[in-house]
Amino acid sequence: MTDDELIWRIAGGSGDGIDSTSQNFAKALMRTGLDVFTHRHYPSRIRGGHTFVEVRAAGHPVKSRGDGYNFLLALGDSFARNPQDEAYYGNEEAKPLTENLDDLREGGVIVYDTGLLDEGDVDDLEERAAEEGWHVYPLDLRGLAREHGSEVMRNTAGVGATAALLGMDTGVFEELMDERMSGDVLATNVEILEMAHEEVSGMEHTHALQLPEGTHEDAADSPVLLSGSNAVAYGALDAGCRFIAGYPMTPWTDVFTIMSQNLPEMGGISEQVEDEIAAASLAIGASHAGVKAMSGSSGGGFALMSEPLGMAEMTETPIVLVEAMRAGPSTGMPTKPEQADLEHVLYTSQGDSNRVVFAPGTVREAYEQTRAAFEMAYEYHLPAIVVIDQKLSGEVAVIPDEFFDREPDPGLGAVLTEAELDEAAHHASGVFDRYRHDPESGVSPRSIPGQAGGRFLASGNEHTPQGHIAEDPDNRVAQMDRRARKLASVRAELDGRETSHQTPYGPEDAEYGILTWGSQQGTAEEAVDRLNDDGHSVKALGVSDLMPYPSAEVAAFLESVEECLVVEMNATAQFRGLTGKELGQYGEHLSSLLKYNGDPFEPAEVVEGFESIVGDADADGDASGESTRIVPAVGD
Amino acid sequence: MSQSTNVFGAIGDAQEREEGIDREEFTPGIEPQATWCPGCGDFGVLKALKGAMPEVGRTPEEVLLVTGIGCSGKLSSYFDSYGFHSIHGRALPVARAAKLANPGLEVIAAGGDGDGYGIGGNHFTHTARENHDMTYIVFNNEIFGLTKGQTSPTSPKGHESKTQPHGSAKDPVRPLSMALSAGASYVARTAAVNPQQATEILAEAIEHDGFAHVDFLTQCPTWNKDAKQYVPYTDVQQSEEYDFDVHDRREAARMMHETEDALYEGTVLTGRYFVEEGRRSYGAEKAATGEAPETPLAERYFDPDYEWERSYDLLDRHR
Repeated sequence: MTDDELIWRIAGGSGDGIDSTSQNFAKALMRTGLDVFTHRHYPSRIRGGHTFVEVRAAGHPVKSRGDGYNFLLALGDSFARNPQDEAYYGNEEAKPLTENLDDLREGGVIVYDTGLLDEGDVDDLEERAAEEGWHVYPLDLRGLAREHGSEVMRNTAGVGATAALLGMDTGVFEELMDERMSGDVLATNVEILEMAHEEVSGMEHTHALQLPEGTHEDAADSPVLLSGSNAVAYGALDAGCRFIAGYPMTPWTDVFTIMSQNLPEMGGISEQVEDEIAAASLAIGASHAGVKAMSGSSGGGFALMSEPLGMAEMTETPIVLVEAMRAGPSTGMPTKPEQADLEHVLYTSQGDSNRVVFAPGTVREAYEQTRAAFEMAYEYHLPAIVVIDQKLSGEVAVIPDEFFDREPDPGLGAVLTEAELDEAAHHASGVFDRYRHDPESGVSPRSIPGQAGGRFLASGNEHTPQGHIAEDPDNRVAQMDRRARKLASVRAELDGRETSHQTPYGPEDAEYGILTWGSQQGTAEEAVDRLNDDGHSVKALGVSDLMPYPSAEVAAFLESVEECLVVEMNATAQFRGLTGKELGQYGEHLSSLLKYNGDPFEPAEVVEGFESIVGDADADGDASGESTRIVPAVGD
Repeated sequence: MSQSTNVFGAIGDAQEREEGIDREEFTPGIEPQATWCPGCGDFGVLKALKGAMPEVGRTPEEVLLVTGIGCSGKLSSYFDSYGFHSIHGRALPVARAAKLANPGLEVIAAGGDGDGYGIGGNHFTHTARENHDMTYIVFNNEIFGLTKGQTSPTSPKGHESKTQPHGSAKDPVRPLSMALSAGASYVARTAAVNPQQATEILAEAIEHDGFAHVDFLTQCPTWNKDAKQYVPYTDVQQSEEYDFDVHDRREAARMMHETEDALYEGTVLTGRYFVEEGRRSYGAEKAATGEAPETPLAERYFDPDYEWERSYDLLDRHR
């Protein structure tokens, strides 16, 4: 835990504008030169229900949510169903205050809106504040907003109060408002911001917390603030994707929406269709006709894509699918993160899997690996899946804009032109040999309908080189083996690249390891820093390539450490299982730290988990934490 | 359509031909002999489709035939064009996306009654509703053939099979009425026993600018009725007994209802049932609202001069 950081939590009800206020607050902090990271927590409801966003900011890199937080802006839930204490779910109106106190650090700051909340809502606020050293500032934000404009502008008053308490002036916020508002709305909001700032500046301040100092290099020069979903969408656009088909489902909807808002202006096509079976099938149809296409969903919708996924594998039609995981099984917890769809994504659909699966660990990787997914899909004629989750989907990070200043890649991959088709092998009947047995890489280049000399049959049935249905055993084995060779080629190509999708972190010669996949990468890295500061010797490896599995890299990492903790957000240690299956050893060196309560790991939980099992030779029995679970290594 | 026709050299090829198009161009060198049972109505669809191609002026390589699963799905094996033999029930979403990606293609989808009215019913409804410019041929044999004779969505009430040993308690679906209410802009029924009408109807359906649904009665002599049971057939346009306006939705609906009932009472009625002229197809509608490009998207990937947009130019909103 560091003292030179701000973790500002804005809490209210769904529909109270918490998300947009937090985005602007994060942007303002980015403009002051700080690194920023956000964490969203919200219920599956349109109106009401306790929701919060944390904005973590520091002059040094922040890669994860923090441990708890140090500044609460509690607005009160203005859409609460039951503003009574005796209600089944408790007094919802007061939850933005009451529900957040447990995570607030010692010495933290509380601002709450007395327009909706009063001291009596929390039984022992004064007592707890004294005990924890909290600094409490009750302010009538709603009243102030009403007086100068309208009640709904109380978020602006809250931001003004926050700025005053952190020793910031209002300039950066006014600049942001000026960019997105105009006329009376702008004038009124600026007035409310300034009034709140002035009023709070004139109060006596008892707390020490101020805006962190310093400048992070990523925020120094033309930074942009964007989410994992944005990064996936932008990676797709830069890969030349101009067709998307989808059906709404949280959290996948974010990617679908961003694509749909941008594609028409780029002469692309977005289709919202009847179900996810159709969505993935449309992507296949568009790709077959010569367009770079994608689809995607979250767990339940992705389950419907099992069929078309297999069809893409068998017909060797390139497509990119996004799977934005949320807590399952079934409808599960729609707005909560989990990493429990790993096995689903790897193996769903009948027959042997023949797909590429990437799970980016950060917002930057989400962009890079989405581009790579298109490259692999179109070069190797198979489906490539980008797995994200509710956490990565919604979190925002600061990235220098030059990161995006690069060439687009609209190449269609292994496709022949008509001139090339003229020279290519054909059956005596004139049908193009679309699925030849012999390519060493496994890739037999394709033609596109409408090209002269390219006609062939794509079929979900096993087929001859021309695509005709065939159950001949020799042909079957030749086609199965060729399709399998494509995955080996993908692995060889990825292994031969300068930059790996796997991200090592920490001292190379460390004694212990933390292995993680997908969105837990940043949290694991923060834990590694703290553990090493505390005298441990630890490094981490964040794995993104899940199929084909990066065996050499992971084996080298595991070979170099005594023991390793595998950190993932699911209940059955799916990634540890995959690693054991792929490597066939190291079982006795791998223990698991699991979390599946709907909240992502805090770095401290990883530190604690590590200390209780891996770093401690005497550890025995169940060392699970309050919301985490330890599964010891096999035979331990 | 854009000028770069050299990318897809086959498209528009037929127009430059002086000698016309020979139906035999669509007979494949691979598997010219279909594996369908002797007397199967599916031969009638194949023959009518080949016969329609000279009429509509399309060559094999500008046609994409997307099929489902079952005996009907094998149509793409015996019809020489670009083909996509997809999976059960999913021919329509594959086909309509190909049309959106490259409107220059002539897109035809085909499948059985289980494929289109059962497992793919959701796609049937929505593809009809959206009015994609394509043709959908449904082989309606009132049975599941390839899986050996189970009751299908169009099997009559009381139909006995291994999976409905006491007879089906379900009324059959109403294919024509479903297409109409969903939003298809051309709806017809024809029969394998009437090759001339079938060829004419398929040619009309292909030329129709919008979603054309053809319910094609294909006898299954192995598991259900043989050809004799579809004879005599009546063409509702030719018969004086029936008088309705195919452009009038209400009259069409009434005639469809009567036709659907009649089939199970032993009277085979066929013909054109609904034709909606002047309604924009989905692709045109989407382009008109600014949601689709004016030129075929598929051509862009072969255009070396196209300046691809970059996400870098979208970053202002994130600063």
